[in-house]
Amino acid sequence: MWVSQLELVNFRSYEKLAIELSPQNIALVGHNGRGKTNLVEAIGFAATHSSHRVANSTALIRKGSDQSVIRLRTVNPDGSGAMLELEINEGRPNRVRVNRNQLPRLRDALGQLRCVVFAPEDLRLIKGDPSDRRRFTDDIMVQVAPRYAGVRAEYDKVVRQRNTLLRSGRADQSALDVWDEQLVRIGSELAWGRRNAWRRLDEHVTAMYDVISAESGSASALYRSVAQGAASLEEVASRMTEELARRRREELARGITLVGPHRDDVDFQLDGHPARSYASHGESWSLALAVKLASFRVLADLAGDPPVLILDDVFAELDEQRRQQLLESISDADQVIATAAVRSDIPEGFASRWITIDRADERSAVTYDDGQGV
Amino acid sequence: MYDPVIGELVEELGRFPGVGPKSAQRIAYWVLDADAEEIEQLAKVLVEVKRRVKFCKVCGNVADDDLCRICRDENRDPTMICVVEESKDVIAIERTREFAGRYHVLGGAISPIDGIGPDDLRIHELLPRLADGQVREVIIATDPNLEGEATATYLTRLLADFDLEVTRPASGLPVGGDLEYADEVTLGRAMAARRSSAGKAGVE
Repeated sequence: MWVSQLELVNFRSYEKLAIELSPQNIALVGHNGRGKTNLVEAIGFAATHSSHRVANSTALIRKGSDQSVIRLRTVNPDGSGAMLELEINEGRPNRVRVNRNQLPRLRDALGQLRCVVFAPEDLRLIKGDPSDRRRFTDDIMVQVAPRYAGVRAEYDKVVRQRNTLLRSGRADQSALDVWDEQLVRIGSELAWGRRNAWRRLDEHVTAMYDVISAESGSASALYRSVAQGAASLEEVASRMTEELARRRREELARGITLVGPHRDDVDFQLDGHPARSYASHGESWSLALAVKLASFRVLADLAGDPPVLILDDVFAELDEQRRQQLLESISDADQVIATAAVRSDIPEGFASRWITIDRADERSAVTYDDGQGV
Repeated sequence: MYDPVIGELVEELGRFPGVGPKSAQRIAYWVLDADAEEIEQLAKVLVEVKRRVKFCKVCGNVADDDLCRICRDENRDPTMICVVEESKDVIAIERTREFAGRYHVLGGAISPIDGIGPDDLRIHELLPRLADGQVREVIIATDPNLEGEATATYLTRLLADFDLEVTRPASGLPVGGDLEYADEVTLGRAMAARRSSAGKAGVE
């Protein structure tokens, strides 16, 4: 899959911006502060409906406006494609249109654009909170099997209901049993879905880390959950039930649900040591990139058609040998968009189109060059 | 913006379910244009309904007397009770004309966030109805959402000790709809609960 056109209206620093993209690889060059990352963010937002930089989408709207629009055209290898239009609104729900038809729910448009973004903020995957790792896991899981979007939303509701009950002073045996059953029914499904996502991801994390890391260590990922080591969905459910019985008193005392996939985490390890506390900054960066590339591999295998891959400021961190190894490992991509501050940070022979961004204000100056660069 | 009297009317109308500020304004101006008689009639009906309508002592459905229309009807099958959340669910099921039994209206669903527990629902009133052994089947037709499922779970556990069959309506694809537009959860459930298409008809 690739993106052929991108148009932004009142998005971040841009009042209006339109760029033409080509299949194959694109180098997006511009000095820091010129808005390269805003472009990356816009494409990522169109794919996932969330930003890798901010939690609230209204932060993406240009100052002085109450709406921003991301409009882009996707093309599949068979020539089919869609016009995807996202409206980010202040004070009103965001809306999405596909081929000019408005869809009833935002999430109905997930999957129209499949895209993996790696940006410096992804260091959070290694060093950040467990919630960052759960969010990443859920994004992949939903892309692998869309019905999990519903499961996850439902699970959040169960936990809220159950926590309210635990704190209400009305949490007797029979009232709790009812919510335990809902928690187990939906929670086991969520945990099993995540467990399956990590079974697909794990080996790719190890392989991609070998490709990009200068250090010799070996990386792995371990999904920590009630589902860990379970052989079936039923086994996850029965473990949750046992665990709930065991911790009921503690749950009542603390007024909070202590068992279930909302407390899961992913342990990234380097040579068997937990990366969160043990890895250097460089190792953490490599590991975060490896995790994102692993998700690219999983999504490519799954659809038979690789997603768009966006690498924000990646090549500057890699030496020539690892640049080439990385490019080789993603050579099946239809489109890779790489950003860099200067041309020399983009590997020779990588780009079929160079896009230079000169200003980040109202009317960004964009120039194209379809040669091989300097 | 409005004259105070009109403003008050718009505000009152805006509290109706499904009526937003725009609709409230439209209705308010319709009221202003309408004949005084018409409006008096409307006001009378509103007051009357509130004064006269009660809830059935047996099933909790809306009624104009101690018993509702369905509980009074001796032709209804006394061996089946369909448990629903609201009176409006009774109307929905009645429209199908597929169910000839009786109802039990709970008055909501279990939802700790809204402060509703099993004791706040008309569950105590259900149990005596099952005591004499006449009822053979209880159909739990709560909403197919989280709170409805939780309520169904509670009832199922509660009724396990009774000698009767407890069932739930099947969930699946809407008739006359397009498969491609079904949401993932509905379609997923429908696939999981699929049945043989050979069935009873015409297979030798």
